[in-house]
Amino acid sequence: MLLELIVVSVIAASTPLLLAAAGELVTERAGVLNLGVEGMMIMGAACGFAGAYFTDSTLLGALCGIAAGAALAAMFAALTLGLAVNQVATRLALTIIGIGISGLIGAGFVGERITPAPHLALPGLSALPFVGSVLFGQDAFVYCSVLLILAIRWFLYRTRPGLVLRAVGDNHASAHALGYPVLRIRLLAVLFGGGCAGLAGAYLSLAYTPFFTAGMTAGRGWIALALVVFASWRPLRLVAGAYLFGAVTILQLHAQGAGMGITPQLMAALPYLATILVLVAISGTRRMAGSTAPASLGVPFVPDR
Amino acid sequence: MLVLERRTERSMVAMVVSPLIAITLTLVTMAILFALLGKNPFSALAVYFLDPLLDSYGLQEIVVKATPLVLIAVGLSLCYLANVWNIGAEGQFLIGAVCGSWLAVTTHGTEAGAWVLPAMLVLGALGGALYAMIPALCRVRFGASEILTSLMLVYVADLLLDYLARGPWRDPKGYNFPTTAEFDAVATVPLLIEGSRVHIGALFALAAVAIVWLVLSRTIKGFEIRLVGAAPRAARFAGFDSSKMVIFTFAVSGALAGLAGIIEVAGPVGHLQPNFSPGYGFTAIIVAFLGRLNPIGILISGLFLALTFIGGEQAQISMKLPLDLTRVFQGLLLFYVLACDSLVLYRFKWSSRSASRAA
Repeated sequence: MLLELIVVSVIAASTPLLLAAAGELVTERAGVLNLGVEGMMIMGAACGFAGAYFTDSTLLGALCGIAAGAALAAMFAALTLGLAVNQVATRLALTIIGIGISGLIGAGFVGERITPAPHLALPGLSALPFVGSVLFGQDAFVYCSVLLILAIRWFLYRTRPGLVLRAVGDNHASAHALGYPVLRIRLLAVLFGGGCAGLAGAYLSLAYTPFFTAGMTAGRGWIALALVVFASWRPLRLVAGAYLFGAVTILQLHAQGAGMGITPQLMAALPYLATILVLVAISGTRRMAGSTAPASLGVPFVPDR
Repeated sequence: MLVLERRTERSMVAMVVSPLIAITLTLVTMAILFALLGKNPFSALAVYFLDPLLDSYGLQEIVVKATPLVLIAVGLSLCYLANVWNIGAEGQFLIGAVCGSWLAVTTHGTEAGAWVLPAMLVLGALGGALYAMIPALCRVRFGASEILTSLMLVYVADLLLDYLARGPWRDPKGYNFPTTAEFDAVATVPLLIEGSRVHIGALFALAAVAIVWLVLSRTIKGFEIRLVGAAPRAARFAGFDSSKMVIFTFAVSGALAGLAGIIEVAGPVGHLQPNFSPGYGFTAIIVAFLGRLNPIGILISGLFLALTFIGGEQAQISMKLPLDLTRVFQGLLLFYVLACDSLVLYRFKWSSRSASRAA
């Protein structure tokens, strides 16, 4: 019973990471480093909650979250793609704006509750012990995140537009010479990443906890960024990474609950320390094996240069 | 269609005009936001940006709040000039405060003399620099992105501070509030003028501005920093080591952030408590960019952003405007500053589509 509880909560903790990281993976594959995931996520959480509060529908709430994330991503795109501004500094601006605006929106909703996202209930199957709640009793976001990963994998490796997107990320000058609209492809990738981050935020305020608190993303957007590095920009490895991090978060909570006598602040610092360790380990081994990062990652593209 | 064309020379007019355009655009956007929140935009803007300038308390408070911002931002400007991305100044700021406070807590209530404060400042700077070495070494030794590692360490520093203030360092006579005891007089930063709020930390900030200005404009080290950032290949041929540059810029910016942290705690705050920083380390990044990564510019932009902190507080009290507006304002400002930066680097040109194809 405890194991079942843990597995279910690990899935719940991993889903927002997976959703946000999946979007960022596509963005980075197109050669754009959008570090504003944290800001887009918290915007998605605030707007998703507001949407669900007024419409009383999880689906419409999630759509509001996606729209909010994409809107912030569009601002990022305007600067980094349109004006070729430094991508690191721009993301900071957008993170601060995202946190600020979400605070403004969320201020009206503190303490309010909504109906949490419904869970799947298949007659018979969902009632099975363990398997039922783990496989057939999740909410739509969880299934959505798995489908999203499979779709991204199929798109990147099995379709022509996916090939073009990777070409743009690896060598934008060549892609441009071949006549592909580099900036338009990057714009779409950034918007997609923003939408995914918004959805991840909406998951937090609609399903993970059915209320909104300021700063509720608590650095998950940054961890999602590290996960993309961890996964070597490959969709399936992303799943492994996200679930590993979800597991660390949950075990940390359970260890606190069990009163193991370890200071809670140290336990709470674990996901962040783990991120640093993973980054160091991955970057260290990659250095020897040669980089797998998209070659044009983070390089602004100005045509005719 | 409208295309960007790289300028061969930096336009001086654009350098000066672009921050002014950015500020104007921010003010216009803020006015719209105020109107959306149902407030009179003009009186709201006046509360934000004029009222603090009209009384002596507001002016002093601007100097007090600009002190940490300028100290941190001057250090960060060295990093960003060298294309090194220290985003975790907030963490180095907190660790500096923690390291310096250790001495204040240990010597509390003893006969320790006037050496305590100078030693605290040294410890603060040292702590900040050492904490900054973690992302720097991870980058140099393992190639891990310093953006993410320095940022993760902000959360870790925050939790460490929380642990110390609630646990081992908590004032036993403090009615269970999560704070250390008030620092002794020998562990407190003295005031510049008796009876005011301005303390000698402001002098440290001015000194940092002057030193960094001298280094950047008059020394070979300053040239090296700018060359490594602007033309890494040329810098390699010139024999400049980019790894050493990462370590150097992180150490300097970490030390300045740590110094700012202990000055803040031993000065205006007076004790160590969780959440004592309103995010100075993050705001300082905006200060650095708004000041065009130039020490004098940073001094001016630091004072300006300090104004927004105080204006935000006053607007919250007198107009019931949420404090998050200050964040939105600061974010918008950075957003517009970066957008207007393109005016400096590029020039806009109309060109027909066929012409750009042929080129």
